[in-house]
Amino acid sequence: MIELQDVHKAFGDKRVLCGVTLTVPKGESMVIIGGSGTGKSVTLKCILGLVTPDAGTITVGGQPVTKGDRDAFLARFGMLFQGAALFDSLTVWQNVAFRLLRGAQKRARAEAREIAIEKLRRVGLKAETADLYPAELSGGMQKRVGLARAIAADPEIIFFDEPTTGLDPIMAGVINDLIREIVVEMGATAITITHDMTSVRAIADDVAMLHDGVIQWTGTVAEMDGCGDPYVEQFINGRADGPIEAVR
Amino acid sequence: MSAAPAPRYLARPLAAIGRPVLAGLASVGRMAIFTLTVISHLIRPPFYPREFAHAIMTIGWYSLPVVGLTALFTGGALALQIYDGSSRFSAEAAVPSIVAIGMARELGPVLGGLMVAARVASSIAAEIGTMKVTEQIDALVTLSTNPIKYLAVPRVLAATLTVPVLVAVGDSIGIMGGWLVGVNRLDFNSAAYLKNTIDFLEAADVASGIAKGAVFGFIIAMMGCFYGMSSGRGAQGVGKATKLAVVASSVLILGSNYLLTEVFFSG
Repeated sequence: MIELQDVHKAFGDKRVLCGVTLTVPKGESMVIIGGSGTGKSVTLKCILGLVTPDAGTITVGGQPVTKGDRDAFLARFGMLFQGAALFDSLTVWQNVAFRLLRGAQKRARAEAREIAIEKLRRVGLKAETADLYPAELSGGMQKRVGLARAIAADPEIIFFDEPTTGLDPIMAGVINDLIREIVVEMGATAITITHDMTSVRAIADDVAMLHDGVIQWTGTVAEMDGCGDPYVEQFINGRADGPIEAVR
Repeated sequence: MSAAPAPRYLARPLAAIGRPVLAGLASVGRMAIFTLTVISHLIRPPFYPREFAHAIMTIGWYSLPVVGLTALFTGGALALQIYDGSSRFSAEAAVPSIVAIGMARELGPVLGGLMVAARVASSIAAEIGTMKVTEQIDALVTLSTNPIKYLAVPRVLAATLTVPVLVAVGDSIGIMGGWLVGVNRLDFNSAAYLKNTIDFLEAADVASGIAKGAVFGFIIAMMGCFYGMSSGRGAQGVGKATKLAVVASSVLILGSNYLLTEVFFSG
């Protein structure tokens, strides 16, 4: 279980998180929705320790994220970044097997390559893509490679940062289905941040609405449409009028 | 009773001076912390031999043409200049020794260092800066890999070891450039030119240049990594980081060259 309790974070004068409290039960798929610049990515980065919160506590499985062996902590996570964040200088299979080629989870090179190719197959990419470089792939293929890298070491927790941004609707649908399948199949705890409502309905068990630095509403995906929360209703219907200012 | 605040017409110019001074000091502090962090990681595992070997190739091997050409033309021009100057007091025979000493002590390491700074510091800063902007550095962290250890340490180590070799090669090519001009343009006897070079060049001349090369290599890679990792957002941020890496490494090369020359040759 991932728990955030009254988490605050500011960058200079700009207060991004103003008391985020959120619980993600083990094995659930939580989707955090909210407009651009509302602190969704910062929330994920706080959980991972990439950004240090100014106040509040974050625990994963009851353990504070700032204590204990950092490598062992990070080994429990997989993350798909918004732009895939593949390493340009490495081939596709080396990107996927990055964690398996070094550190505590190191395997023999041939074995790591085999696992990478298997994970590439899992996300619908042929073995021939293994020896290409990221620059030779389309945006959708890069996202799939990023997804394969995120699941390569069978993590307990997976984060997806705007997984369908910049993709055409068909490719977005493919990525959404893949994420859902993988999360169910692996039994992983997942947090996805997005403002794509199609993704929300395809991926989420639970939904949380982040606005003005706090969680405005949280509930199951089935409850979302009739929840009566003005923030959620404005957001999911894409209306310009409502409590969320169109110009931020 | 509290003191009255300074009038605005006085405070503004002071603030205009103080702000960049404080920003500069903060930057120097961050640079010092970064340098100490990199040094502390040089001897601590894990090590990344593949990244180190790759850095040796990109920093050392691929810089050979630019360093070689720079040295060749510098050696030739130096021979022409010294011949012209020394002929005013009939000391043309000093051309081979002055070319050799000048190349080994100063021009080989400094010009080689500046050329490598232009080629390598910019490339490291642009590469790491782009990695930062595209979240590849964050991705490294989530994959349990320390970015300083994985990106900075192999590059700093490779540059510190390969730039002295480049300097040694550059010295040889520069001396050869002087010899080519001396024999073909200035009518020196080939054997006499080479004998003169060998007789007057001391091991300390070459060693001091190579030691300078190691320091310059360290500076070049360190500045490339520091400014790359401190890069701002977008293409403009990466561009600024690249520019700062080249400017800072060039200035530090010239400044440290003076200090090293004082250490090696004064008194």
